[in-house]
Amino acid sequence: MQADRKLLYDLTPELTRTSTRWYITFFIFFAFFAFGIYALILQIDKGHIVTGMRDNVVWGFYIVNFIFFMGLSYSGALISGVLHLFHTAWRKPVIRLAELITVISLVIGPFFIFFCIGRLDRLYFLFIYPRIQSPITWDVIAISTDLVGCFIYLYLSFVEDFAILRDFDELNVAPWKKKLYRILSLGYSGTPRQRKLLSNARTIMSAMIIAIAIIVYSVLAWIFGVTLQPGWHSTIFGPYFVIAAVFSGTGLLIILMWIFRKIYHLEEYITKRHFVNVGVLLTIIAAFYGYFTFSDYLTKWYGSIKMDSILIDKLFNQYYSLFIFANYIGILLPGIIIAIPKFRTIPNITIAAIIALLALWVNRYIIVIPTLETPFLPVQDPRPDWIKYTPTWVEWALTMAGVSIFAMLFMLVSKIAPVISISEMQGKDQSEIMK
Amino acid sequence: MKGRNNSDKSSRRKFLRKLGTGIGVVSLTGVPGASVIAGSKTESGEKIKLLSPEGRLVEVDRENIRPARETTDYIKEEARKGLHGRKFVMVIDLAKCRNARKCVEACQEGHMLPKDHEWIKLYLLQDDRNTAPYWLPRPCFHCDKPMCVSVCPVGATYKRDDGIVLVDNQRCIGCKFCMTGCPYSARVFNWKDPEVNLPPGQAYDPETNIPPVEGTVGKCVFCADKLRRRELPRCVTACPMGVIYFGDLLEDSITNGEETVRFSKIMDERAGYRYREELGTLPSVYYLPPFQRLFPFERGLEDVDEETRLRYRDAGPR
Repeated sequence: MQADRKLLYDLTPELTRTSTRWYITFFIFFAFFAFGIYALILQIDKGHIVTGMRDNVVWGFYIVNFIFFMGLSYSGALISGVLHLFHTAWRKPVIRLAELITVISLVIGPFFIFFCIGRLDRLYFLFIYPRIQSPITWDVIAISTDLVGCFIYLYLSFVEDFAILRDFDELNVAPWKKKLYRILSLGYSGTPRQRKLLSNARTIMSAMIIAIAIIVYSVLAWIFGVTLQPGWHSTIFGPYFVIAAVFSGTGLLIILMWIFRKIYHLEEYITKRHFVNVGVLLTIIAAFYGYFTFSDYLTKWYGSIKMDSILIDKLFNQYYSLFIFANYIGILLPGIIIAIPKFRTIPNITIAAIIALLALWVNRYIIVIPTLETPFLPVQDPRPDWIKYTPTWVEWALTMAGVSIFAMLFMLVSKIAPVISISEMQGKDQSEIMK
Repeated sequence: MKGRNNSDKSSRRKFLRKLGTGIGVVSLTGVPGASVIAGSKTESGEKIKLLSPEGRLVEVDRENIRPARETTDYIKEEARKGLHGRKFVMVIDLAKCRNARKCVEACQEGHMLPKDHEWIKLYLLQDDRNTAPYWLPRPCFHCDKPMCVSVCPVGATYKRDDGIVLVDNQRCIGCKFCMTGCPYSARVFNWKDPEVNLPPGQAYDPETNIPPVEGTVGKCVFCADKLRRRELPRCVTACPMGVIYFGDLLEDSITNGEETVRFSKIMDERAGYRYREELGTLPSVYYLPPFQRLFPFERGLEDVDEETRLRYRDAGPR
């Protein structure tokens, strides 16, 4: 019991006090977010002409961000789902972070689709006139299922924590928070029956969200794969997108582990061991991801299909630096840093994760944009912006708004519930988890 | 309004079948915007004489006459069905094209398109550096296996019985999936408010796609409105060279407004083909290869303005 008390004292201070630094950071993010809202209002008012998208490149930053954020949600599916299923002990301090990434990025992702849609006011047509032939309808079904599933999974992991916080008399928080804990804990008191039910539910859900997540990202890839466009029409896209998603989710988890460890002083709980373990996961995934990338481009490059050749030619000239960064540096460098034991320090692993995350975003960019700039019939237009896509400030502002709302939601949640699951840590041999 | 239309539907069909007529009856009677509906409960006893499309004089009770095309719903319903028993095809003779751009102008004027919207586009193509360059007018191909229709999530774009693919821009949500789906870049997006004002009393018609709506997709409609009136599409009649032939595959005849030829014969004699047959979308637009051309391809660059010339600056072997 003494250990449990210590846990509570270590993990709850962030729930009771809010530093000035927190407010300043939050305000900065809010300013970015507000600017994004302004950009959105402008876009709705003036039309999509304010974006860099034109008749050839009809999907730009928004779709790139959409698939990027949806990919981040893999963090929860893999780290918490898979590790939960295999009862991996070291997962416990990082599982909550992974689940939060999943739900928050899943909420933000679809908004980028909304930004890309010309008639936002007709969005409900997707539900009243659905056509099952369309991969977008598959997406609507898959994403909404995933969202519900991940919410349930996250909430199940919160119930015990809310009960603990409810029963923790010394917790000096506002009355509304206490009330919130009482309501959200659903009368959980830790009876054997409740424990068993909760544990079963979580095991079932962890298996389910893995399956749902694979479906969601495959469907997302098929939006591109089912078309006839050069570069997109590829059978490998489903699994390729899935592995890329896991890659980005793992990268983001490492970054958030570093941030929360530093700011919320969780050095005792999130140790180098965790960075190395998640880092090794990242390296293994990088190997798969690099392999898929290589296979995809090799077959296009080696063959002589004209459209593929034109596309590859464009990637290796116009997009050369982006291609090298995304598909060489972004995959090899994180792998090398983590694979060599001497380089395995917490800052290094975090830097590797940042590179991986940025490179993955660029990888999405050079999958979406160059293909659209290379239609079967050549783009013949007097206007330069019709030939080459350049994002405008509106698209940048909304991208930043997406990142900001992600940070803001994370900051808010971390004030309501601890970012390390208390219940997971309790009742276990601490030394075993920390090992 | 919709409810009434539905309840009238079966009886109306029966009546029309018996009469052997369509909405064509309307324009011939001099009662603009009216249609005939049978089976109404009340009868005024006052009969009106109408001429059927076959030229038969028929008598109908005044109470059974309803205005046709009075609502957008009705227009849209008809525009989704298409013209029964037709299969429209277009044949473009590349040997005659010299980038006169009259088809583009007529199309833009007829569909109230802004200057930067081209439903029919002119490409300068060269397949390889050892092959000759040629001009290629590209309307929508109205494919028989249209990718755009498959991927549309709300059924805004659809295939009709007569082979025409249309867009209902009151249904379109602007996701642009059809634009990435179409391998021929045939679709354009209304990136800003097109600022088209309809004459009062004219409703939206998917067969012309007028008025265009901001945030939705537009494309060549094969001039479905003209076909309904048994006229040729605007690009066909506007072309000074008679490049574009249009007709009905079931009748095996096509015309460019000057000469009428058998579709199968010209396909056979001139080795007609479809653009990128290997994609399997089964276009309704056929091309005749640029064999024994009437003009050197440079003609197309000489007679046009500077801006138009600018768009072909990077054209070349591909």
